[in-house]
This record gives sequence, structure tokens and C-alpha cells, in this order.
Amino acid sequence: MALPIYASPLERVWHYTYLVICGLIFLFLIAPILIVIPLSFNAEPYFTFTEKMLAFDPEGYSMRWYDSLLTFGMQNPDAPRDASWWRDVWHNTTWVQVTKNSVIIGVFATIVATVLGTLAALGLSRPEMPYRRTIMAVLISPMIVPIIISATGMFFFFSNPGFPYPTISFSPFEIGIGHFSLREEYGFKLANSYPGIILAHAVLGIPFVIITVTATLVGFDQSLTRAAASLGANPRTTFFRVIMPLILPGVVSGALFAFVTSFDEVVAVLFIADYEQQTIPRQMWNGIREQISPQILAVATILVIISIALLATVELLRRRSERLRGVTPR
Amino acid sequence: MTDTTALLTTADGKPLKSALAKSQGRARRRAFLLVAPLFFFVLLTFIIPIGQMLFQSVYNPTFTQAAPNLVRWFDENPAGSQIDEAAFAALAADLKQMKTDKTAGSAGTRINYDMPGTRSLFTAAARKADKLEPPYREALLEIDKTWGDPMLWRVMRSAASALTADFYLAALDLTRDDTGAIISVAQDRQVYVTLFARTFLLSGLITGLCLVLAFPIAHLLATLPLARSNLLMILVLLPFWTSLLVRTTSWMVLLQGQGVVNNVLVSLGILGEDGRIQMMYNQTGTIIAMTHILLPFMVLPLYSVMRPIPPSYVRAARSLGASSWTAFRRVYLPQTLPGIGAGALLVFILAVGYYITPALVGGADGQLISNLIAFHMQKSLNWSLAAALAGLLLAAVLALYWLYDRVVGIDNLKLG
Repeated sequence: MALPIYASPLERVWHYTYLVICGLIFLFLIAPILIVIPLSFNAEPYFTFTEKMLAFDPEGYSMRWYDSLLTFGMQNPDAPRDASWWRDVWHNTTWVQVTKNSVIIGVFATIVATVLGTLAALGLSRPEMPYRRTIMAVLISPMIVPIIISATGMFFFFSNPGFPYPTISFSPFEIGIGHFSLREEYGFKLANSYPGIILAHAVLGIPFVIITVTATLVGFDQSLTRAAASLGANPRTTFFRVIMPLILPGVVSGALFAFVTSFDEVVAVLFIADYEQQTIPRQMWNGIREQISPQILAVATILVIISIALLATVELLRRRSERLRGVTPR
Repeated sequence: MTDTTALLTTADGKPLKSALAKSQGRARRRAFLLVAPLFFFVLLTFIIPIGQMLFQSVYNPTFTQAAPNLVRWFDENPAGSQIDEAAFAALAADLKQMKTDKTAGSAGTRINYDMPGTRSLFTAAARKADKLEPPYREALLEIDKTWGDPMLWRVMRSAASALTADFYLAALDLTRDDTGAIISVAQDRQVYVTLFARTFLLSGLITGLCLVLAFPIAHLLATLPLARSNLLMILVLLPFWTSLLVRTTSWMVLLQGQGVVNNVLVSLGILGEDGRIQMMYNQTGTIIAMTHILLPFMVLPLYSVMRPIPPSYVRAARSLGASSWTAFRRVYLPQTLPGIGAGALLVFILAVGYYITPALVGGADGQLISNLIAFHMQKSLNWSLAAALAGLLLAAVLALYWLYDRVVGIDNLKLG
């Protein structure tokens, strides 16, 4: 934003003040995220820069918190670091276990959310779709409804799947309420199980898939599918050879959003998961509430690096999608 | 071909109108079939669970199941009838049953919600239930005088119907007096309305702060050349993609007593060593961390509205003699209103239901309504009250969501 040549001195001063203010706001946005990175290399168990760190003395820095990530929860952390030590890490280290859980839950939740969400977005972007607006509102609602409410609802329903129904008896005449319970009938429940937490995370990720895929479908040229059909392609071929390549960037960024939602979700895990299904954010929650140590900062640093990678992927996809669809980038 | 009233037909002779209707119907069904799997998925894993939770807020059968005889007595005798020996006999019979079924605790807890201090009344009486002899009235009064309290009988009558509005009353700091009229609870026990008010107040404050911080940078991003604004946009999007817990942890590191912010202030000589500011585990912590976390949700809609505003409008206003402030206020600002509305509504909706950040950095006075719902779910185990509070919060959020749909349109929700 260039300053116009007719600007008065006062306006010039204001303009530079404005740029400084913007700089400070950007600092406010980014500094808290970057500050954890140097602090995670602290040699002391403090959350602030020590004298040695500020003097860039190598002794002030160490990898001890990253090392403690590996050994935390191990059966025999002091053994020599050979193959059996690494096996111990793989099977017993807490952070490795929660990472496995996060990845398993995240991947399956993403698959469910992406497949169902993409199909629905295709239907929603057709002009013939009845009650389009209402259905869209319902499908986006998991993003809007406070997570504590969703998690509470899932806690009740997942631990005792079923539904209440009205009962009428005639002698004496009474209207009551009965409850059909899958748990009582068949011993079926979803709480404290992998499928339960996967379904919960899938439904929380769905709005993101819908939003990104419908955004890609805006301006999708419907005549392309007609052209494919007129050239003899059946609907399946049309979908995989014509529609899919065009909406793929949207689908992938929707999937990434869904994965990140699951990867970062803690409240549903708090409510409906058991010890077996603890995830990274759940373990961080424990760490922050109980024994906060720079170990948490080491985890945070790794997560920041992952999110930088994800952001870069999504940005590249967005640009590719805009190029493919012939939309000039914003 | 002169008969213009003849129906237009398709090649195979069907009326065009019905053929069109048929084909449109087919297209509608096809579109619906694409949406249906997801719709039922969301219905099953999201809508029904929430519905069932709401049902819990008006339906609590713990007392009716534990005290069938009392329920029958209440059915036969309308409100205001004399609490006679038959009533006490029914109570004694139920207490005996509670002792065998070990339900005195849960039944007492249910009454305790509406009349604190009565849980032990039930457990103590159930323990001695086998020794109860007629006349039951005297026998029970001998165990505890409270059994004669009309308030207790009023509460038990209310709990004797499983369908109840008691939990919504409690969630609004209301209760019933001896005659059953609705009154406010004692001043020192009014928790929930205050907390709702605080939640909305803090959310409003956070929304305002987000707007103040987001406006300048959105304007800067919208007026810079694309290449540079895309680069700066990364600074907005990176927090958006970073784990919520990471951001909350960062703020804990920055704001605590021995944290980076305090250390910088002390080393600059602004604060004395003993003058360190308490910015964590209180409202300040909640406000700062939540403003940071929700800021991208304000910047993105503002940016997408500001980008297409042609700079020539402001220039035209200036050339017509407007001062830069007037040009901003009268020409630029009105054009950004849709973005302000969209961003403010979205941030407010998200802030009202926030849980994690207040729970970790909020301390005692930085807690929001979500944290109280979690408290009743996990600690006090008054699930019906938790459900009633959740119902009220949900109603507020859905009203705002409806407003958002009307004002902004859900289709315009953008991510990054």
C-alpha cells in the first residue's frame, strides 16, 4: 500500500504508525507460536530464557526434553540403546503410544469424513437439491455447536446407544416413556472404543470437508460432465476422469482439515475415550494440568513443525486448484 | 400445425410437462441420494446424541424408580393435601425397598439437587428402615425432624414425576417456594445466571478485541500487492493451523509469573521484581489467549470482503474534498460491514462455547459456562443439570447460528 503523493505530513506520520501497529499485531499472532521452539531446547527445567540461552552459550541449550519424550513411560530407559531399547520405545513410551492412537483415529476419521463429505458436497452443489440450505445448515452444525455440548451428547449416546419412545398402557390408562437400549439388548456400546472415537472425530471433521469441497465446486462447469456423457462416458467414468481431478485439491485440503481437527481434538477424547485411546492432545492436556515440564514444549515444537508443513501443503493445493479452474488467484 | 392449444410433446409422444417433471424429480432424487449417507451419519452420531442429552434435562427417573409407593400417594393426593399417615407409610415402605436395592443414595441425591443437605437424610433413614414401626410419622420424625418439613414434601412431589422442568429452573437460578410458585434462589447461591452473563460479556469483549486487532491487518493484507499479501497471510494462517493446545501452552509460558512477558518487563525496568503481573489463571489469561486463538476467524472474512473494494472509491472521496478520516468513515467502513458482521458473529459464536482455553488458563474467575457443564458432567455428576445448562447454551448458539445464516449465509463460510 503506497502512500499517495498528496498525503499531508500528518497522514505520513499516521501511515507509518499504522504500519508499526500492523507489525505489532503480526507479532502478537506469530510470536506465541514461535517462542516455544527455542524454549524447548532449554537445558534447565524453566519456561523462560536463562542467562546462558540469551548469551547463546551452547551449555544453555540441550536436547534433554526431546530425549525425555522418547524415554517417558519406558520400562528400561537406562539400558544401552540397541535394538531392544528401541523396541521398548516402540511398545512402551507414552508419547509413541499416543501418537499411534492419534494417527489411527485421525486417518480413519478422515477417511469417513472425506468420503461421505465429498459425496454430500457433490449433491449439495447440484441446483436440483431440495432443502439445500437447511441440510447444509445441519451438516455444518458440528463446527458451530460448542464442543462440550457435542461431547456431552456423545457421552450419553455412545455409552448407552438407544432411544426413548412413548408408551401407552390402557388399564390403568397411562402415557409413559420407555427406553430402547442397544446396550441392554445386545451389549453394544461405542464409548471407550476406537470406533466410537473415530465416529465422533469424523462427524466433527465433516463441516470442513463440506466447506472446502463446495468452495471448489463453485464455478464448476456442469457442461464438462455433459460433454463427457455425450462422448460416451458412463457416470462412473465421468466422476473419476472428469469431476474428481478437478475437485481433488478441494477434497485433499478438506481431508487435511478433517485430519487436523481429529489430531487436535481433546474434549471428545476426554469424554468418550478410555485409557487405551489416549491421543497426543489428551496426553498434552494431562501434562499441562499435572506435571508441566519443558517436555510439553518439545511436543509443541514438533506439532508446530507439522502444522507448518500442513499449511504449506494446503496453500500449494489452493493455488493449484485456482490454476486448474482458471480462477485468477486472489 | 395451427392448433396452438395442443400439448407440446417429447419425441416419444409424452407431454413435455410431465416428462420434465419426471426428469427433474429424478435429478432431485439423485442429488438427495448423494447427500443422504452423510445426512444420516450426522443424524446418528450428532443430532440424536444431542437430542438425547436434551431429553435428560427434562427427564430424570431416579426418584420415581426408587420410590414407587410415594409416587402412587402423590398421584392419589393432589398438591396441598395433608401429609397423612398413609404418606409416611408409603415413604417407610419405599425406604425399606431402597435399603434392599441400595438406591437410597441416588434417590437422596435427586432430592438434594433441589434441597441441599437432604442426601444424608435418605441414606440415614434407609439404614434404619427395617426398624421402622407404625405410626410411621412419629418414627420418621424421631430419626430426623426434617421429614416433617413441608418444603421436603414439596420437593419430593416435584421429583415424583420423571418429566420435570426443575433442572431448567435450577440452571436459571430459580426454584419453587413452599406453595410451588417460582422464585429466585438466595443471593449467595445464584451461580448460573452470573456465569451466563460473564460468558456473554467476555465473548463480547473478545469479539471486540479481535475486531480491533483484525481490522488493520486485514486492511493491510487487502491493499498490498498479492505476492506480498500472500506471504503475510501465512502469519495469519499458521496460528489457524497450529494445535489449540500448543497455542494455549505458549500463552501459559509467556504469561506466567516467571514467564517471558514478565521477565522482559522486569529487565526493561518497567516492573519491579516484586511487581510481576498476574496474567495467568484469571480472566486476563482467558481474554488474551482466546483473542489470539480466535483472531484468524476475524481476519479471514474481513480480508475476503476488503480485497475486492476498489481503492478508487476512497480516492474519489478524497478528490471531492473529504478528509482521510471522513473518507474512511463514510466510504470505506460501510463497505466492510458485511465482513465485520460475518467475522464478529463467527468469533462470538465460537467464543461462547469455548472450553479448553478457559479450563487451562482461566483459573477461578476466567471460567465460562462450558467449564461448568464439564464440572457437572465429571465432578458433581448432576447430569440433568449439565444437560439443562447445555440446552440453554445450545439455544443461544443456535439463535446466533440462525442469525449468521440470515445475515452472512452459510455458503459464505470460508476457511483460509
